[in-house]
Amino acid sequence: MTEKDLVIIGGGPAGLAAAIGAWEDGIRDMVVLEREKQAGGILRQCIHNGFGLHRFGEELTGPEYAQRDIDRAKELGIPIQCNTTVLSVTEEKVVTCVSAEKGLEIIHARAIILAMGCRERPRGALGTPGTRCAGIYTAGTAQKFVNLEGFMPGKRVVILGSGDIGLIMARRMTLQGAKVLACVELMPFSSGLNRNIVQCLQDFDIPLYLSHTVTNVEGRERLTGVTVSEVGPDRKPIPGTEIHFDCDTLLLSVGLIPENELSRTAKVELSPVTSGAVVNDLLETSVPGIFSCGNVLHVHDLVDFVSEESFKAGHAAADLILHGAKRSDTIRVLDGEGVRGTVPQMIRRGSADEVRLMFRPAGVYKNASAVVMCGDREVARKRAMIFTPGEMAVLPIPGNKVAELDGDITVKMEVKA
Amino acid sequence: MTEKVITCINCPMGCRMTVQMEGKEILKITGNTCKRGETYARQECTEPMRMVTAVVPVEGSRMPVSVKTRTPIPKARIQACMKALSGVRLTLPIHEKDVVLPDVCGTGVDVIATRTLMA
Repeated sequence: MTEKDLVIIGGGPAGLAAAIGAWEDGIRDMVVLEREKQAGGILRQCIHNGFGLHRFGEELTGPEYAQRDIDRAKELGIPIQCNTTVLSVTEEKVVTCVSAEKGLEIIHARAIILAMGCRERPRGALGTPGTRCAGIYTAGTAQKFVNLEGFMPGKRVVILGSGDIGLIMARRMTLQGAKVLACVELMPFSSGLNRNIVQCLQDFDIPLYLSHTVTNVEGRERLTGVTVSEVGPDRKPIPGTEIHFDCDTLLLSVGLIPENELSRTAKVELSPVTSGAVVNDLLETSVPGIFSCGNVLHVHDLVDFVSEESFKAGHAAADLILHGAKRSDTIRVLDGEGVRGTVPQMIRRGSADEVRLMFRPAGVYKNASAVVMCGDREVARKRAMIFTPGEMAVLPIPGNKVAELDGDITVKMEVKA
Repeated sequence: MTEKVITCINCPMGCRMTVQMEGKEILKITGNTCKRGETYARQECTEPMRMVTAVVPVEGSRMPVSVKTRTPIPKARIQACMKALSGVRLTLPIHEKDVVLPDVCGTGVDVIATRTLMA
């Protein structure tokens, strides 16, 4: 068993930013473990532009955004060990990993940062009826085929779900010569950005069927067609509304789930709402010395916010390694009316550091405010013309207000009368 | 007179704007909540612009290289740009920002590599 100050699991945007943050604070005895052959994570296959507007003030493509962090990590000398799969992490902070080059390695770390990202909900999680034929992929898998491997998974495509990756793939498949017949969304609204609805569907006259879902999948070996039906307010199919599409490919873009298998082996407490770890304002989990950041903590919309959060986790881990644990009593952050999945879920009592609460509104709120209450006292407020579930809201609590907190706080939506 | 309906992409409000036009002349824009919406609607009705991103095959490499137009090009030229790109074969090594196809389809815009691929 080898000893290390810091082990970072995952070399995507979260892991890279966390590593850079910790290095800048003086940590040298560290390693980033990445299971793919290159660092960069999912950004490597996101060849479209629109990344980095907040952080760099310009619109980069995914590979360009990733390269900036990879270059910085290289310049600093941060060791990134690729082709390495982590098998388990324990509460005692023992990381077991395996690679073709080094075989089995067991590393005892003083601190660990979990940065494994998220994965797509697969078909099995949907309960779609019909046959189990080839030609059904998650949108991200298709994206990998087209953008990294250079081949097309099909010619006539239906997309189920209108998440951003599905919309991006509708355009991508069309530009590469496929016919995208329809994008089908169960909900009466799309969870994708307006920009993607306009530039990925409308620009190519691809119809978006809201309040519809796939009710049959046909084909013996390869997919030959799908049936799409309208759903009622109860989200149940309405008989007689069936539309049939002849297609050889069905892409799924039906949500992302933080990938927390390793957090579980470490007995990190998980939130049933975010499916990520429960953390305090330092992004430290219920297991002392184990931190979590990026999409493994909660699914973000923008990589810029993943980087911001992960730098913070890197700084916090460095502080713990250099100055020892500073755990204290915590107050809880609770979801109030119209608010889901606020992160962090805990704030250290007596801290005077600014806390940036992130959450998703439960519905669409126009001319509304997100408000933080401590008992009857208002602690912070953010007004906006619109809050939607498709866009994570950020609500900062200034340090002086954090210092005054004397009990649990609640985040809620308030609509102007 | 014709009417065009445009969804604004500047923010999550996604204002539905109606643009009244006489030929190529814009008479009136309604439905926007802010100035940015009006600017966007005007651009969309006169000359809509889009970034184009794609991948291009590389000889001797299993992995293609990702590319983009350096700046947005007219929306009407997207298909032509893709067609022009389909004829491009690159050779190693390729560096980020290398010009892959200069002045694509006479737009005055270069297509450049967005990643480095070494031999």
